[in-house]
Amino acid sequence: MTDVLAIADHRRGELRPVSYELATAGRELADETGGDLHLAVISGAVDEFGEKLAREGVDVVHTVADGEEFNHDVYVQAIEQLVDTIDPQYVLVPNSVNGLDYAPAVAGRLDLSIVTDVVDLAVDGDSLIATREMYGGKVETTTELDAGTALATIREGEWPEAEGTADASIEAFDAEIDEDAVGSTVTGFEEVAGGDVDISEADLLVSIGRGIEEEENLDLIRDLVDALDATLSSSRPIVDNGWLPANRQVGQSGKVVTPDVYIAIGISGAVQHVAGMKGSDTIVAINTDPNAPIMDIADYAIHDDLFDVVPALIEEFQ
Amino acid sequence: MKILVTVAEVATVDDEFEIDGTEIADQYLNADLNEWDDYAIEEAVQLQEGGVADEVVTVTIGPEESEQTIRQALAKGADRAIRVWDESLEGVDLLDVRAKTEILKAVVAEEEPDLILSGVQTGDDSWMATGVSLAESLDFQWSAVVNDLDHDLEDGTASVRRELEGGVEELSEVDLPAVLTIQTGINEPRYASLRGIRQAQRKPLDAKTLDDIGVDAGVVDGSLELTDMYEPESESDATVWEGSAEETAGELAEMLREKGVTA
Ligand SMILES: Cc1cc2nc3c(=O)[nH]c(=O)nc-3n(C[C@H](O)[C@H](O)[C@H](O)COP(=O)(O)OP(=O)(O)OC[C@H]3O[C@@H](n4cnc5c(N)ncnc54)[C@H](O)[C@@H]3O)c2cc1C
Repeated sequence: MTDVLAIADHRRGELRPVSYELATAGRELADETGGDLHLAVISGAVDEFGEKLAREGVDVVHTVADGEEFNHDVYVQAIEQLVDTIDPQYVLVPNSVNGLDYAPAVAGRLDLSIVTDVVDLAVDGDSLIATREMYGGKVETTTELDAGTALATIREGEWPEAEGTADASIEAFDAEIDEDAVGSTVTGFEEVAGGDVDISEADLLVSIGRGIEEEENLDLIRDLVDALDATLSSSRPIVDNGWLPANRQVGQSGKVVTPDVYIAIGISGAVQHVAGMKGSDTIVAINTDPNAPIMDIADYAIHDDLFDVVPALIEEFQ
Repeated sequence: MKILVTVAEVATVDDEFEIDGTEIADQYLNADLNEWDDYAIEEAVQLQEGGVADEVVTVTIGPEESEQTIRQALAKGADRAIRVWDESLEGVDLLDVRAKTEILKAVVAEEEPDLILSGVQTGDDSWMATGVSLAESLDFQWSAVVNDLDHDLEDGTASVRRELEGGVEELSEVDLPAVLTIQTGINEPRYASLRGIRQAQRKPLDAKTLDDIGVDAGVVDGSLELTDMYEPESESDATVWEGSAEETAGELAEMLREKGVTA
C-alpha cells in the first residue's frame, strides 16, 4: 500500500516525453511513501516501450499488450486490474488529452479521490498535498487529499524527464479485457493546421490574443506585421473565433514555435499557450496586466495598452 | 432525442486582486458563463435546430445568484433549466469531482437524456474531470476534448473528433448514450437575441435541493480540502520598459533593431 503506479503516454508509435516526467514525479512520491515505483504502458509496441521506460528510479515496468492505439475503455479496464494486483497508494496519470479521457473514469471505478493538473506533489503523513493553479495561473493553491489512495494527473513539463537506465524488471501483465465493455472505437487520425504558412519556421512572430477584442482590430496587428516584416500568429481564442486559420495557433493544440523573437500582444500566457512558445529565444509581452502569467517567461515587458503601444511601434518602423 | 448540457457559472478575476484565506475576495471576482459550456450549449441548440434533438435541458450546480448565467443559456436557446443548490453547499471552497458526479447523476436519472454535453473544463478551477467521471458513473460512453461532432446521430453512435496535442485529431465513434466534453472552437456560439432574452425569462428554471433529487448531503464532505491559496512567486526576470507608449515602443524598436529587424 505504499507503492506508486504511473501510466505512460504514447501515441502513434511513440512514447510521449511526459512518460519520463512521470517516472521522475513517481520516484519522488515513492521516496516519500517508502514504496516502489511501477510504470505501466498499455497498448501499442509495449515491449519496445517497456525497454525505453526502464529509466533511473523505476522499479518495475508492466507491459499490457492489448490494443494498438489508445482506447479509454481498454485503459480503464487494464488500470483497474493493475491497481488490484499492485495495490498502490497513489496512481499518477499525465494531464494529457488522453490522460483526461480515462483518469476520471478510473477514479470513479475504483472510488479514488482525484486531483488534476498538479504542478507539485508532497506527502504529509496520510495526506497527499497537491499544488495546482486556478484562474488561469493567477493563483496557486494547495489541496489536501486525506484519502488513503488517490489519483493525480500531472501537468506536462513540470518535472524533469528521468534519464539513464535502471535494472527495472519488465513484466508482461496479463489483463483481461472485456471487449463488450468497449463502447468507442478510434477510426483514424488527422493532422490539422497545414496550409499557406508554417509559423514554426518564422524568425520573428507577432502573436495576438484576446486582448485585441474585435476582429476589425486585427488590421492594426497586420500593419505591425507588415512594418516588421514578421509572421502573424495567435493564441487559441482568435482561431476559435474564426478570425485566423488554425495554422496560426501557437500552443499545446496548435504549433510549437521557437523564433528568435516572439512578441505576445494581449495574451495572458495560459499553460496551454506557453507550451507552444516557451522555447522562443527572446519573448516580449505587451499586456495591461502586470501580473499576467506571460510575464513569468517574458524577457522584456510593456505593461500598457496594446492600442497605444502597437501604433507607436508601427510608427518606429515607417 | 434529449440533450442535457452542464452549465457552470465561473468567476473571472480582476487584474488587481487580494486573497482572503483560501479565496479571492469577492469584490475582485466577476461571474460569467463558463467559456467551454457556451460552446456546449451552442452545439446542443444546433442539434435541436437541425431536428436531431427534441429538447435541450441545462443543469447547473450553483446558488440563486447563478440564475443570471443560467438565463443566458436559456436565451441562447435551451428549453429549460435545472439548478441544484443546498445549504450544505454554502461556503464549500472546492467541491470534489465525486460530489459533482453524484449530484449530476441524480439529475440525469430524472431527466434520462440520450446525450450529455459538458465543457472540457471550467475556466476558474480547470478541473477537467467531471464529464468523464459522470459518464463512468452512469455507465454511459464518453469522449473527452471533442472539437467536432457529426450531427447524424441516427444509428445511435456519435462520430467525433478529439483534439489531441500538437495539431493532431483523433476520429472516433462513440455509442450513445454518451457524455461528450466540448472544446472551444467546435462552433461559433451565438449572442442571445433580444427576443431570446425576453423568452428566457419565461422558460422554466427549477431550483432543487439535494434532498429533492435524493442525494445525501454527506457527499459534499469530500476527501479534498483547499488548504492554501497564494499568488505564485513571480519567476519573472523580465526587463520592464516604462514610460509613455512612444517611449516603450521606442525601447522595443531598439531591441528589435539590435536583433537585426530592419524592415
Ligand atoms: C485542452 C486545451 C487545449 C488548449 N490549447 C491551446 C493552444 O494550443 N493555444 C492557446 O493559446 N490556448 C489553448 N488553450 C486555451 C487556453 O487555456 C487559454 O484559454 C487561451 O490561451 C487564452 O488566450 P489569450 O491569452 O489570448 O486570452 P486571455 O486569457 O483572455 O488573455 C487576454 C490577455 O489580454 C490582456 N489584454 C486585454 N486587453 C488588453 C489591451 N488593450 N492591451 C494589452 N493587453 C490587453 C489581458 O490582460 C489578458 O492577459 C487550450 C485549452 C484547453 C483546455
